Amino acid sequence: MSSAAVLAAEFQAPSFEYSLLSPLLVIFGVAITGVLVEAFAPRGSRYLLQAVLAVLGVVGALVATVIVGLNLVSRGGGTAHGSIAAEGAIAVDGPSIFIWGTVLVLSLVSVLLFAERRLEGGVLSFAGQAAALPGTEAEREASTRGLEHTEVFPLMMFAVGGMMLFPASNDLLTMFVALEVLSLPLYLLCGLARRRRLLSQEAALKYFMLGAFSSGFFIYGIALVYGYAGSMNFAAISAAVSGRAGGEGLLLGGIALLAVGMMFKVGAAPFHAWTPDVYQGAPTAVTAFMAACTKVAAFGALLRLFYVAFGGARWDWTPMVWVIAILTMVVGSVLALSQTDVKRMLAYSSIAHAGFLLTGFVGAQQVADVGIGEITSLQAVLFYLVTYGFTTVAAFAVVTVVRDAGGEATHLSRWSGLGKESPVVAGVFAVLLLGMAGIPLTSGFTGKWAVFTTALAGGAWPLVVTAVLFSVVAAFFYVRVIVLMYFSDPVGEGPTVATPSILTTIVIAVGFAATLALGVVPGPVLDLAAAAGEFIR
Amino acid sequence: MPVVDPAAADGVFSLLWLVIALPALGAAVLLLGGRRTDAWGHLLGVATVAGSFVLSLVAFVGLLGRGADDRAFTQHLYTWIEAGGFRVEASLLYDPLSALFLLLITGVGALIHLYSVGYMAHDPRRRRFFAYLNLFVAAMLVLVLADDYVVLFLGWEGVGLASYLLIGFWQHKPSAAVAAKKAFVVNRVGDLGMALGIMLMFATFGSTAFAEVSRVATEATDGVLTALGLLLLLAACGKSAQVPLQSWLLDAMEGPTPVSALIHAATMVTAGVYLVVRSNFIYENAPVAQTAVVVVGAVTLLWGAVIGCAKDDIKKALAGSTMSQIGYMMLAAGLGVAGYAFAIFHLLTHGFFKANMFLGAGSVMHGMDDDVDMRHYGALQKAMPVTFLTFAMGYLAIIGFPGFSGFWSKDKIIEAGFEDNLVAGLAALLGAGITAFYMTRLMLMTFFGEKRWEKGVHPHESPKVMTVPLIVLAALSVLGGVMLLGDWIVGFLAPVVGEAEHHTPAVPPIVMTLVVVAVVAVGVATAWLLVGRREVPRTAPQRVSVFTRAARADLYGDAINEALFMRPGDRFVGDLVTFDNAGVDGAVNGTAAAFGGMSGRMRRWQNGFVRSYALSVLVGALVVLVAMLAVNLA
Repeated sequence: MSSAAVLAAEFQAPSFEYSLLSPLLVIFGVAITGVLVEAFAPRGSRYLLQAVLAVLGVVGALVATVIVGLNLVSRGGGTAHGSIAAEGAIAVDGPSIFIWGTVLVLSLVSVLLFAERRLEGGVLSFAGQAAALPGTEAEREASTRGLEHTEVFPLMMFAVGGMMLFPASNDLLTMFVALEVLSLPLYLLCGLARRRRLLSQEAALKYFMLGAFSSGFFIYGIALVYGYAGSMNFAAISAAVSGRAGGEGLLLGGIALLAVGMMFKVGAAPFHAWTPDVYQGAPTAVTAFMAACTKVAAFGALLRLFYVAFGGARWDWTPMVWVIAILTMVVGSVLALSQTDVKRMLAYSSIAHAGFLLTGFVGAQQVADVGIGEITSLQAVLFYLVTYGFTTVAAFAVVTVVRDAGGEATHLSRWSGLGKESPVVAGVFAVLLLGMAGIPLTSGFTGKWAVFTTALAGGAWPLVVTAVLFSVVAAFFYVRVIVLMYFSDPVGEGPTVATPSILTTIVIAVGFAATLALGVVPGPVLDLAAAAGEFIR
Repeated sequence: MPVVDPAAADGVFSLLWLVIALPALGAAVLLLGGRRTDAWGHLLGVATVAGSFVLSLVAFVGLLGRGADDRAFTQHLYTWIEAGGFRVEASLLYDPLSALFLLLITGVGALIHLYSVGYMAHDPRRRRFFAYLNLFVAAMLVLVLADDYVVLFLGWEGVGLASYLLIGFWQHKPSAAVAAKKAFVVNRVGDLGMALGIMLMFATFGSTAFAEVSRVATEATDGVLTALGLLLLLAACGKSAQVPLQSWLLDAMEGPTPVSALIHAATMVTAGVYLVVRSNFIYENAPVAQTAVVVVGAVTLLWGAVIGCAKDDIKKALAGSTMSQIGYMMLAAGLGVAGYAFAIFHLLTHGFFKANMFLGAGSVMHGMDDDVDMRHYGALQKAMPVTFLTFAMGYLAIIGFPGFSGFWSKDKIIEAGFEDNLVAGLAALLGAGITAFYMTRLMLMTFFGEKRWEKGVHPHESPKVMTVPLIVLAALSVLGGVMLLGDWIVGFLAPVVGEAEHHTPAVPPIVMTLVVVAVVAVGVATAWLLVGRREVPRTAPQRVSVFTRAARADLYGDAINEALFMRPGDRFVGDLVTFDNAGVDGAVNGTAAAFGGMSGRMRRWQNGFVRSYALSVLVGALVVLVAMLAVNLA
C-alpha cells in the first residue's frame, strides 16, 4: 500500500451538519454577499440592495432557526435536546435556538434602525466618509455630496453571525473566535457616527483597546484551562473538573481569567468602564443593537461556559460572581443617578440590568433542584434577556427622534417638557422607562420576578435582597426622567421631536408593544424559554 | 382562622370584571382620545365610576342574599404568568371584605368625581385630571379585588402611579413636582418590603395566591412568618403614611383637593390597613409582627395628631389628622381577630367623614381664591352655610361626638386597645383628646371668630355640583354608625377575618365610653380656651414653645430622613461620582472641550482615560484571580 493510500484511509472528512447550522450559514452568507454588493453594485442602488438583503437575510435565518428548533432531538434524558455539530465545535440545542431567535428578532428590529434615512435628511445616520478627518474640507464635501457608508449592513451581519456563534460554541477556541467575530465589526461601527464624530471615534478606539485587552485575559484563561483539562472541549473540561485531576490552581486561574473576558462583554463592574463612553459615542442605532444583542449573546455564552464546562466547580466560582453581581448593581444603579446624558443613563441602566441578570445566573437553580415544570435560572435569565432587549432597542430608538439643531438632543436638560412637545413620544418613553424599572404590567416586572424568584429558590437571598434594593434605587432615576418630561418646563426653545420614517416607527412600536405584551401575557415567551430546556453536554 | 376558599363566580358576580373595566376604559378613552374628548370627558369620568358603583351595589345586595359561609367568589380572568409551578392567575376575589371596599371606593369615588366637575371647571386640563382619577379608581379596584399578592401588587403600584401623577398634577408649581417625587421615593421603600415579602412568600409556600397561602400559612416557621409580617408592614407603612414612612403625605397636599379627599384620605392611604387585614392568616401566626403593627399604629396616631395641632394650612391639618386616624386603624388591625372588623369599620366611617371634610376644605378654598391658610379665614359660617353645616357633621364625627359615625368606630378601637394592653389603650385615648383639640381649633379658625380675609376676597357658597356630594357625605358621616347595629359588620366580616370569642371586659363598656367622651370634651374645651376666646393673629407667631415648633416641622420627620438616609446617600453618590470623574465624567468634559477645537488636548486626555479604564480592568482581574485562588486554595 502506498503511503498516499494509508493517508486516505486514515483521513476522515470532517462532517458538517449543514442543515443544523443553516441559520449561521445564512447570516454569514448574507454578510459576504453584502461585501460583494459593495464591490460591484453602483453607488446609487447600494442602499436599497443592502437594506433589503440584510432584512431578507435575518428573516431567512430566523425561518431556518425555527425549522431547526422544531426538529431538535432529545439527548441524554432530562429536558436537554439538540445535537453537537461541526465536529464538536458548536452545540445546537434548546438554549442556542432560543438565543438565536432572540438575537435575530432584535437584529431585525435594529436593521430597521440602521436603515433610517429621514432623520438625517435623506442619508444614513452613519458618517458619509469615515476616512475624512472630522472638521475638514473632505468631510464637508462628503456631506454635500450625500455620501453614505452602506458597508454598515454587511458589518452588522458579521456581528450578528458572531453573536449567534458565541453562545452556541462548544469549545473554548470556537468561543474565542466567535467573540472576535462579533466584536471587530462593532468596534468599527461604533466609530461611524455622522455627528459628533470625535466622540464617536474616541468611543470606537476605547472599545477596541479595552476589548483587545480583555480578549487577552480571555485567551490566557483558555490556555490555563487547557493546561488543566488537556482539552478545549466543554464536555472534556467538565469531565476533568468533576474528576478533580489535580492542579486546581490552573483551573481556578483559568476560570477567573475567562470570567474577566466574559464580564467585560456583559458590562459588569469593575469591567464596565467602557460602557457609558461607548454607548454615548456610538451612533445610536449601533448602541441600540449593541446594548440589546451583545448582552443577549454574551450572557448566553457566559451561561454555557459556566454551567456546562465549569458546572462541577460551581462552588468555586459562585462567591466571585456574587461579589461582581453586587458591585455591578451598585455601580449601575447609583452612578445612573448622577447622569445628565440620556444615552449614558441608559448605559448605566444596562450595567444595572447586567447585575440583575447575574443575580439570576448565580442563584443557580439547576435542573436537579427544581420540580417538574418549574423554570430554572437558565430559563429565567433567557426570558429576562428578551424583555430587556426589546425595551432597550425601543428606548434608544426614541433617543434618535428627539433632536435639536446639533442632531440628537441627548442631554437630559433638553428632554424637559417633552411631554408637552410630544405626548406620544414622551408617553412611549415613559412606559419603556417604567418597564426598565420593573413596574407591574410591563415586561420588566415579569422578567425581574422570574430572575429573582429563581435566585431566591436557589438560596441566594442576600443577593436578591440587594437586587430588589437596587432596583428601587434604579426606579428612581428612571422616574426622574419621567418627571423631567412631564413636570418640568422646557429649557430654551425646548426639544423637537423629528418625524422618523416608518422604519424607526416600527422599531419603537415593536419595542413598546413587547414591553407591554410581555408584562400582560408573558406566558407564551415563558413557555418558549421553558421549552428551551437545558444545555446539552 | 378562616381559609380563603372562594367558589366560582356566577350570576351577578360574573360581572365583577366590569367594575374594574369601566373606569379603566374611561381612563383609556380620555387619555387616548386627546382633545376631542375635552367637551364631555369629565362626564364620562363620572359616569364610569357611577356605573361601577351600581354594579358594586348589585353585587353587594346579591352577597347579602347568601348564607354567611357562601360569600366568597372568584372570577378567573386569565393566567397571567405561567411556567410550570411558577404560576400567577389574574383572578378576582369577591368576599365581604372586598365588597365593603368596592362600595367605599366606587361610592365615595363617584361623589368626588362629581364634585371635581365643579372644582376643576376652570382648569384647562380637566379631561386629563378625570383620566387620572379614573385610572386611580381602576387600580384601586384591582388592589382590593386581587386574589393573589402579585395581582395586588399590580394594583398597589397602579394606585401609586396615579397618586403620583395627581399630586404633581399642577405641574407649574415646583412644589407639586417635588411632592410627587417625594411620594414616589418614600413609597418605593414600602414597595421594597412588598416585593421582598411576595418573593419570600413564593419561596416559602410556592404560591402567592390568598387561597393557597392561607391554607398552608401555619406550615411555615415562625421566623419566616414574622419576616413576612414585617415586610408587609413595611409596605403598609409606605402606602398608608405610617411612621417611619409618613413624611410624604403632608407634601402630597400639593395635589388638587379632590385628590386629597379621594386618594390621600378615603381610599389609597388605607390600602395598608387593607393589606394587614387581608393578610390576617399571616399575622395571626406571627405575634411579633402583630405587636409591631400595634406599635406603628399607636406611634402614628399620636404623631399625626400632634402635627395636626400646629398646622395653619387647612389641608395639612387634615392630612395630619388622616395620618392619625389611619394609625387608629393600624392599631386595631394589629390587635388581631379582636380588632380587624373595627379597623375596617373605622376605615369606612373615616372614608366618609374625611372625604367630607376634605371636600369641604376644597369648597372653602374655592371661595377664598385657593388660599389654604386658616389664619386668613374666620367667620365663614355665614358666607358658606352649606359647606359649614356639612363640615360640622364631619367634625362631630371625627371627634367622636356621641351618635355620630366616628363615635362608634373610634370607641370600639379604644375599647379593644384597652383590652389588649394598657399602653395601646392609653395612646388611643390620648389621641382622641388631641383629635378633639386640633379639629376644634380648625373649626374655630375657619368658620367662627372675626373675618381675617385677604383684601379682595369675597367668599361665596360653591355651586350645587359641589355641595350635593358634600351633603351626601355629611349624611353618611352622621349615619355611618348603623353598620355596628347588632354587631352587623363584625358578623359580616367574620368569614374573612374570623370572630373573637366574647368575654366580659374588665371595665364596663359604658364607663369606657363616658371616659372617652370626657377626654374629648377636655380637648374641645382646651381648644376653645386657647383659640376660640382669643384673637387669631393673621401671621403665625414665631415665639412659640419648642413643642409647637417641632409640630410645625412635622416632628422633624424630614430632618430625620435627611440625616439618616439622604445625606449618607448623597455622600455615597458623591464619592462614587468623584471616583468616576477620574475616568468617566472627565471624558465627557474632555469631549465637550474637543468640540471647541481643542482636539490636541483631547487626544492626550483620551489616552489617559483608556489607560485608567484598562487599569481598572487589570485591577479587577487581579482581584478576581486572587479572590478565586485565596478562597479555594487557602
